[in-house]
Amino acid sequence: MLQGWIQIALTLLILVAITPFFGRYIARVFMRQRTILDSVLNPLDKAIFALSGVRAKEMTGWQYARAVLYSNLAMLVFIYLIFMLQGSLPFSPTGLNAPSWDLALHTAISFVTNTNQQHYSGETTYSYFSQFAALGFMMFTSAGTGIAVAIAFIRGLTGRPLGNFYVDLIQSITRILLPISLVGAILLIAAGIPETLAGPAIVPTLENPEISQAIARGPVAHFEIIKELGENGGGFFGINSAHPFENPNGFTNLIELVALLSVPTSLIVTYGIFANNLKQAWLVYSIPLAILIGFIVITTIGEYQGNPAVNALLGGQAPNLEGKEVRFGWAQSALFAVFTTASMCGAVNSMHDSFMPNGDFVTLSNLFLQIVFGGQGTGTAYLFTYLILAVFVTGLMVGRTPEFLGRKIEKREVVLASFLILLVHPIAILIPAAITLAFPEQLAGISNPGFHGLSQVIYEYASAAANNGSGFEGLGDGTLWWNLSTSFSLLAGRYIPIVALLLLADGMSRKQPVPATAGTLRTDTALFTGITAGVILILGALTFFPALALGPVAEAFQIVKGIG
Amino acid sequence: MNTRFSTSISTSTSTHASRSPGGRRDDRKHIPKADRKGLYQRAIRASFTKLNPRVAVRNPVMFVVWLGTIVTLLVTLNPNLFGTVQAEIGKQRLLNGIITCILFFTVLFANFAEAVAEGRGKAQADALRSTRSDMVARQLLPDGRIQEINSTELRRGDQVKVIVGDMIPADGEVIQGIGSVDESAITGESAPVLKQTGTDIASSVTGGTRLLSDELIVRITADPGQGFIDRMIALVEGAERTKTPNEIALTVLLAVLTQVFLIVVATTPAISGYIAGFLDHAVGAAAGNSLRAGTSIAILISLLVALIPTTIGGLLSAIGIAGMDRVAQFNVIATSGRAVEACGDVNTLVLDKTGTITLGNRLADEFIPVNGHSVQEVAHVCLAASVFDETPEGRSIVQLAQKLGAKFDLDESAEGIEFSARTRMSGTDLNGQEFRKGAVDAIKGFVRSRGGQVPTTLDEAYEQVSRMGGTPLAVCQGNEIYGVIYLKDIVKPGLRERFDQLRRMGVKTIMLTGDNRITASVIAKEAGVDDFIAEATPEDKIDVIRSEQAQGKLVAMTGDGTNDAPALAQANVGLAMNSGTQAAKEAANMVDLDSDPTKLIDLVTIGKQLLITRGALTTFSVANDIAKYFAIIPTIFAAAGIGALNIMELKSAQSAIVSALIYNALIIPVLIPLALRGVQFRPLTADQLLQRNILIYGLGGIIAPFIAIKAIDLVLPLS
Repeated sequence: MLQGWIQIALTLLILVAITPFFGRYIARVFMRQRTILDSVLNPLDKAIFALSGVRAKEMTGWQYARAVLYSNLAMLVFIYLIFMLQGSLPFSPTGLNAPSWDLALHTAISFVTNTNQQHYSGETTYSYFSQFAALGFMMFTSAGTGIAVAIAFIRGLTGRPLGNFYVDLIQSITRILLPISLVGAILLIAAGIPETLAGPAIVPTLENPEISQAIARGPVAHFEIIKELGENGGGFFGINSAHPFENPNGFTNLIELVALLSVPTSLIVTYGIFANNLKQAWLVYSIPLAILIGFIVITTIGEYQGNPAVNALLGGQAPNLEGKEVRFGWAQSALFAVFTTASMCGAVNSMHDSFMPNGDFVTLSNLFLQIVFGGQGTGTAYLFTYLILAVFVTGLMVGRTPEFLGRKIEKREVVLASFLILLVHPIAILIPAAITLAFPEQLAGISNPGFHGLSQVIYEYASAAANNGSGFEGLGDGTLWWNLSTSFSLLAGRYIPIVALLLLADGMSRKQPVPATAGTLRTDTALFTGITAGVILILGALTFFPALALGPVAEAFQIVKGIG
Repeated sequence: MNTRFSTSISTSTSTHASRSPGGRRDDRKHIPKADRKGLYQRAIRASFTKLNPRVAVRNPVMFVVWLGTIVTLLVTLNPNLFGTVQAEIGKQRLLNGIITCILFFTVLFANFAEAVAEGRGKAQADALRSTRSDMVARQLLPDGRIQEINSTELRRGDQVKVIVGDMIPADGEVIQGIGSVDESAITGESAPVLKQTGTDIASSVTGGTRLLSDELIVRITADPGQGFIDRMIALVEGAERTKTPNEIALTVLLAVLTQVFLIVVATTPAISGYIAGFLDHAVGAAAGNSLRAGTSIAILISLLVALIPTTIGGLLSAIGIAGMDRVAQFNVIATSGRAVEACGDVNTLVLDKTGTITLGNRLADEFIPVNGHSVQEVAHVCLAASVFDETPEGRSIVQLAQKLGAKFDLDESAEGIEFSARTRMSGTDLNGQEFRKGAVDAIKGFVRSRGGQVPTTLDEAYEQVSRMGGTPLAVCQGNEIYGVIYLKDIVKPGLRERFDQLRRMGVKTIMLTGDNRITASVIAKEAGVDDFIAEATPEDKIDVIRSEQAQGKLVAMTGDGTNDAPALAQANVGLAMNSGTQAAKEAANMVDLDSDPTKLIDLVTIGKQLLITRGALTTFSVANDIAKYFAIIPTIFAAAGIGALNIMELKSAQSAIVSALIYNALIIPVLIPLALRGVQFRPLTADQLLQRNILIYGLGGIIAPFIAIKAIDLVLPLS
């Protein structure tokens, strides 16, 4: 028990400790200040700009949004073609052919949107080439897109021009994702993760040397680090970070845990530097941190106490280890589950399907809220959009038209903020989930009917709409319906908010700031931070109250009562 | 005198009752009071006429409730209309009927709130309008003939002749003649006002006022229905009301919330239907059907109505209209709701010194003897020099002298010497003795011309007065200068406290004056303004507004002269005095009928109060959702085994829904008085205000419905 808590506390401590440094570094990169890697990277940037013909021109909100959409569309087409043609492309030691068109489409959309929802097992579906040229490529560019959008959003909010998408995208890769991935991949190789282009190893089994076994492997290490750092989450292998070649030990687990939350946490500090208000940054930081810690406690208690039905059979209390790797145990598995759904990474080191209802409740709530640090870049932007909404709802109570950072919140801001935060998510989750549940036999493919089955379906759409990508699993989700309906949620959950965020930031940057007086609502106080947390919980979470009530909450009562 | 400007700026009746002329209209004697007889009957009638879908659709939140009412009515008539319900038909019909009634009343209550606000505004407007019923106007035709027409037919540019006893038919400008006008119908000031052509300020006349003497030729400056009062009437009546930017933004948020909950509720049957199917197998058909009964169409509509922000949705327009009404009660005419809202946002007040910060006239405060004379001697000369002086300054000199014991016997031979711009002095001649008072230079010249000496101590006294921020006047008898009169600018009592309050609220005050720097700085310090501009010209006024606006600030100012018009137009809130010129009134977005520039401070309060009320009720409405969720969801999904979440221990799903809906409906009329009166405003900093209001309306909004719904559930005879 104590050991588990110490592991959790240490991981959180490391995470919080690195944010100020990493956040400052990101701010320096995007404020175009000198950074340590300049001597190496400046020529590289110049070469990339020259080759791609990027001119570092300031973009308006629409231009930035269009650049995101066009570039992402081009990448989508590119990787879809790779999947469909992988049979004739190199690096396919197992000779894999094209997957079905809808699976390839779903995979392509899922990776372009930084979601990495996988309706397949990597080792038996996609060739090495598809894995590193298509999926690996998207892991960098989709994560970079997220960072670029967040930076543009922060710039707009703090009254600066939004910048240039292509420059931001390239720099977020060359200065943030790539250098860290290089170091991280070397560390992971040192810790025992394979990095090879050789085909599966054929080895005789220990029990009967006559029979041989094929052990899947591949260029995993470099894939693994960007999977976490970029909050991608798509595993090289079907079982993701539970696989001993993806996550062999406690050390790799720690690296992965810290990596997958490091960008969204640090971006809040980056905001603080842009806004020249670190106090506010840390206050805002405290909202998701408090929710995260609360969620960790709820989940770990559930896993530690175990299943009462099982405990009754055992005649004593034992942690719930079903669907978990024993090398991680209840604590690191629970922590990973909370981190990965909080961060929109979506990598898993255990089966979320096998968690106690506490864990189901937490992982679903994370996906509903989207701001418990949240997605690569977008989570931070959502968090500040909630701040804007909180200013609008409660700011009137000081007797002034609401303003944030000295800029008035008017109709345009309310339309964009409320639409993207409040409306898109329920549409992308509840509507397809309701359709699926209306035809459970035909569409759902639920393995575990009842309250848990409901959670499975809601989770799949929530994971898609929040661009998380983790699977609750236990769902037969490789079907045409699932591929297409989740593709809708993936796209709606990604691009509508991004466009809205950019327009919101653009509008804010163009407003004449009003100097703060004693009559101005200060947003960098503990009181206002508390109010924002309340607004997040009321507006963000209550929407999904009925779904949570009939899913994990009902399941929890069911287990307690022992029915069904 | 001290009670006239109360130190409290709360808008409570008692505080302003004693303030004249800036108090509330209802507290005054001269003006027609708002007649509120039959207000509620009319409002009840209007609550029904507002059910007209074309009117109702303007309020999206309440329109959803209205549509829901129709659907529940249909399922009351035929409970199986949208699929077979899983409950006993009679019981279901009864429940649907109850829900229909409550929803209908919810809509009615919201309509009633709006109707009451409109009715009060209308009463206010009628009071204004009573001053301008149709009347016969003597139109002056171009050929010089006079034609009698109805005043409503007058157009801008027409000329009318007004003779003694006539009502002035419309707003206009005197182009010929001189006469005194009784403006008490509008301003409440009973003393007649002299109106004459050419003089900047006194040439503008307002429709509905009465000419008491002589005759005037007036050129009409407004088409019928376009005058200030007409515009104000339209605003307070609500019919022509356009939503303010903030109101529009809030309506958008409420509409989005409504859509969110529509999606939540619309997807609930599929989600719970799946669980019901599971329960059929796992527990038994009874459990499944009980869950299905919990999500019948009427119950889903109830859930929707409970969750969407009906409280603020129902009261939003009433809050806006009531805000305009409060402005009208202060006898200020606003030309748009936007202007009233902008008052709350104002960062800087630009105030003229004279008439706004100080009383219009300076008063004698002290006599400073020079040349070895005693104060009594000076007082005697001052009295003698001022007996014929009827100006307020002269009167105050007489008063002060008499207080010091000076006496002066007039006899027939005494002759008053009038002040003239050339001599810059006035006085009295009596039996060859010449008593004079005037500008120090002028008196110096006068004394020298009579062969006298200018004492060296005179300049000391002069400087002393200047340093104190006063105006020095010298007095002499013949060729001898006796002393200097210290004429003091009197800061209006109570203003200092109000400026302090404004500062705490983050509003900066800038004083503009034509005085020199020294005088200005003394007055500025005494009044407690944050900044001042001395030796200011009308151009300075517009410059200071522009420079404040360039920093992103909103500026409010008052003005009355034609040369104030550009500045009034430039300011975000421009309050023109009714006594001012037509040009000033046209340029401003508000006109004060009482011509009391200090009212600008009241307007800031009213604007803030309006915004606070809107924010408080929005917060309250949204916070209510927690309790409503906890009342309804656990009880209608009780078959799924989540009954333990029913933390209020409500009796049954039906009782929970009906209780939540009754609360939801009743909270609207309960809050109508608050919406109309406005949340009490206190001059606190933003942080203090937020803390206070979030405790009352945020925390209160979370807790109150838990208690109320539980209480209703207890007394409700539903099982």
